[in-house]
Amino acid sequence: MSVIYVLLAISITVALVFFAAFVLSVKRGQYDDAYTPSVRMLFEDEILSDLNKGGTENKEIKQNKDQTNTYGNTTI
Amino acid sequence: MTNMRCYHCGDDCNRTRVLFDEKEFCCNGCKTVYEIFTSNGLSSFYDIEARAGSTPNEIQHKYDFLDNQDIVEKLVEFNEEGVQVVNLSIPNIHCSSCIWVLENLNRMHSSISTSQVDFPKKTIRVTYKLQDFSLKALVLLLSSIGYEPYISLEEYTKKNTKIDRSLIYKLGVAGFAFGNVMLFSFPEYFEVEEFWLNQYKPVFRWLMFAFSLPVVFYAARDYFISAFKGLRSKVLNIDVPIALGILTLFLRSTIDIIFDLGSGFFDSLTGLIFFLLLGKFFQQKTYSFLSFERDYKSYFPIAVTRLNVNGKEENIQIYKIKTGDRLLIRSMEIIPVDSILIKGNAEIDYSFVTGESNAVFKASEEKLFAGGRQLSGVLEIEVVRSVSQSYLTQLWGNSVFSKDKITAFQTLTDSIGKRFTIAVLGIATLATVFWLFYRPSMALNVFTAVLIIACPCAIALAAPFTLGNMLRIFGKHKFYLKNTNIIERLSKIDTTIFDKTGTITSTVKEAILYEGISLTEAEISLLKTTLRASNHPLSRSLYDILKSNDIVTLDEFQEHTGRGVEGKLNKHTIKAGSASYVGESVKQTASTTAVYVSSDEDYKGRFVFKNKYRDGVEDLFVALGKTMNIGILSGDNDGERKHLQKILPAKTNLLFNQKPTDKLEYIKYLQKDHSVLMVGDGLNDAGALAQSNVGISISEDINVFSPACDAILDASNLTKLPAFLKLSRKSVQIIKLSFLLSLCYNVIGLYFAVTGQLEPVVAAILMPLSSISIVIFTTLCTNFSGRRLK
Repeated sequence: MSVIYVLLAISITVALVFFAAFVLSVKRGQYDDAYTPSVRMLFEDEILSDLNKGGTENKEIKQNKDQTNTYGNTTI
Repeated sequence: MTNMRCYHCGDDCNRTRVLFDEKEFCCNGCKTVYEIFTSNGLSSFYDIEARAGSTPNEIQHKYDFLDNQDIVEKLVEFNEEGVQVVNLSIPNIHCSSCIWVLENLNRMHSSISTSQVDFPKKTIRVTYKLQDFSLKALVLLLSSIGYEPYISLEEYTKKNTKIDRSLIYKLGVAGFAFGNVMLFSFPEYFEVEEFWLNQYKPVFRWLMFAFSLPVVFYAARDYFISAFKGLRSKVLNIDVPIALGILTLFLRSTIDIIFDLGSGFFDSLTGLIFFLLLGKFFQQKTYSFLSFERDYKSYFPIAVTRLNVNGKEENIQIYKIKTGDRLLIRSMEIIPVDSILIKGNAEIDYSFVTGESNAVFKASEEKLFAGGRQLSGVLEIEVVRSVSQSYLTQLWGNSVFSKDKITAFQTLTDSIGKRFTIAVLGIATLATVFWLFYRPSMALNVFTAVLIIACPCAIALAAPFTLGNMLRIFGKHKFYLKNTNIIERLSKIDTTIFDKTGTITSTVKEAILYEGISLTEAEISLLKTTLRASNHPLSRSLYDILKSNDIVTLDEFQEHTGRGVEGKLNKHTIKAGSASYVGESVKQTASTTAVYVSSDEDYKGRFVFKNKYRDGVEDLFVALGKTMNIGILSGDNDGERKHLQKILPAKTNLLFNQKPTDKLEYIKYLQKDHSVLMVGDGLNDAGALAQSNVGISISEDINVFSPACDAILDASNLTKLPAFLKLSRKSVQIIKLSFLLSLCYNVIGLYFAVTGQLEPVVAAILMPLSSISIVIFTTLCTNFSGRRLK
């Protein structure tokens, strides 16, 4: 049953690794801005195709919102 | 044509409509931005958010100071081998489109390598190569697409302060240890008598001990420090019983496992500290895009144009200005130092620094004070005093600015803490004395048990969660508080003092009255056309209200800077400007701003500009007047006295012509027997805002500038002020109710403790239960009362 010492050592090591990862991520400022990355990941990478078309297209753009949506007031 | 919205910024296109690419734009600026975006393949800007853009401002020489390498060096974060990194604050960032376009800056100029937006802080960090590019070019590029950076003296003198993340670390340590200790102590909760479990009990116990060490000595350090400081200054704050509880928990648990008396209370100990830190974390809501500490430094420009001995222009930073220097002040620039006017027609807007609502005209050789904004034309001035010795900046030498309002205020929690500590120590002593006679072996056990169970975790959590949640509710209604302490201070307010200019009146002069011989249709049309070409703020507002549709082409147009404009058509002349300019010898009454008009050299009449009171100000006064005293403290002349007396409650005190230091002294005088709320907006209110119990700064654009204060309120929500005050009083009631609730838990816990039956498992259940129920109770209550704001 003394295997429990080995198991404890392993489990605590794993836990400490995760804890170190947490401390490191805080230190690098990953939690400083919790909002922008959530928006950034949703942007499409369609810039190139736009450029190829030369920006001359008259795409129908939906403008059905009455006011600019101000995220700034609600989420931060 | 009514209600055509600009494709770029969404403003009304009524003034000048520009058609381009089958789309409507309100001005050439917006059209240009659209052109830039589409030609760089960035037209998806408009897909992400409709009408996302902001109208670009016109800028000419504003950023010439960025040619000065000394200044650039101080602004950039990194500057090596032809690569610079700069962090710029851009107040206009407001939606996801902004993030998108700003992070695609590299498509607009090949020298920009990366740009990254921090949305909550409203900053952008740009890395660029110096090859045919510079900071100035970057700033101009940003301005041309409507994202003008905000560069001020504050940024320039800012030291690289390290962000304090210690609370997150502490929370991490406590949470980590809490989880692990819980797991290790799980077998003992069930008290199963099992051979293997009994054999390994000491291992688990000592592991728990090891995990609790960093929690007690690192994560809980602040409580010990605060309790120690409190005791030293003979104050029993709430941290005293907390620190006592933590210490007892730790020592008793350690003794328990050393002498094999039990498993100790390590689970409760770590849990308690984790919850306490969670409360602290929740309370620490900050609005990182706002600054509550601004002084004149962030209002002044970084650099000005100096004329050197040879008459050449050069940019120098304003700390280097010396007495005797000649400076050039362009239109819409701020005069940074006290000086004497040498050349040019000064028309200076002092509304922000003195509260005077009307622009002041000055002739050569007259003295100019720092802080005024030149409205039109170029000035040459000679410096009389350096920046830090100027009339306005001297105000910051007053001792109120170094006073800390938080330490001076005893919070509700601390006042409870005192009685609580005395009560707990009393009960502990009584119970110990009783057990000493009854069964002495139990005495120490009971004494520690009382201290442990009475540890006021729930009480300490009630205020942070109530106030923290209220802070968020206020924030949603554009009322931004510096910290939670202010809510408690707000609940005690019984006197409210308002500044006039810019606070209860709007900063834009909107109410325009015409006095004199009425103008004919043709004259109005001619006047409007003439004004159209002028950039003076008064011309612009007058242009907007004149009702005439046909815009004619003028034969001749002249603008006489600082005096007026002149337009000629079909041998008819129209002149608009100051009284002396149109040849009218009316004595200039101090209390009005007016544009005088003459047609064919005949004086016709004048347009009087009045500051418009914000909507709902009357209702605001009525609502506030019911519960507290109101006062007006204005730096302006008493031209509005009659009108104000009409809309204010009868006993209101109205004071005019108040200097910044007068305002401060008046607040100090009131504070002898009142708790004062000061509502202001300008630099001249800074002293009063700092002296008052709570200083609220009103701002039409929260991103721009507001003096140092406790809270910033968006001007559109000024009328909600009574509701905010009411809510803060309600918050204090909620905290009191939570105190009652947590006292109930304490009574139950004390029953177990005093009777000597406190098992670790009871403590482990009771402590988290009381904390969580308090959190739920306060959150529900605050959300419920916050709903009424809508």
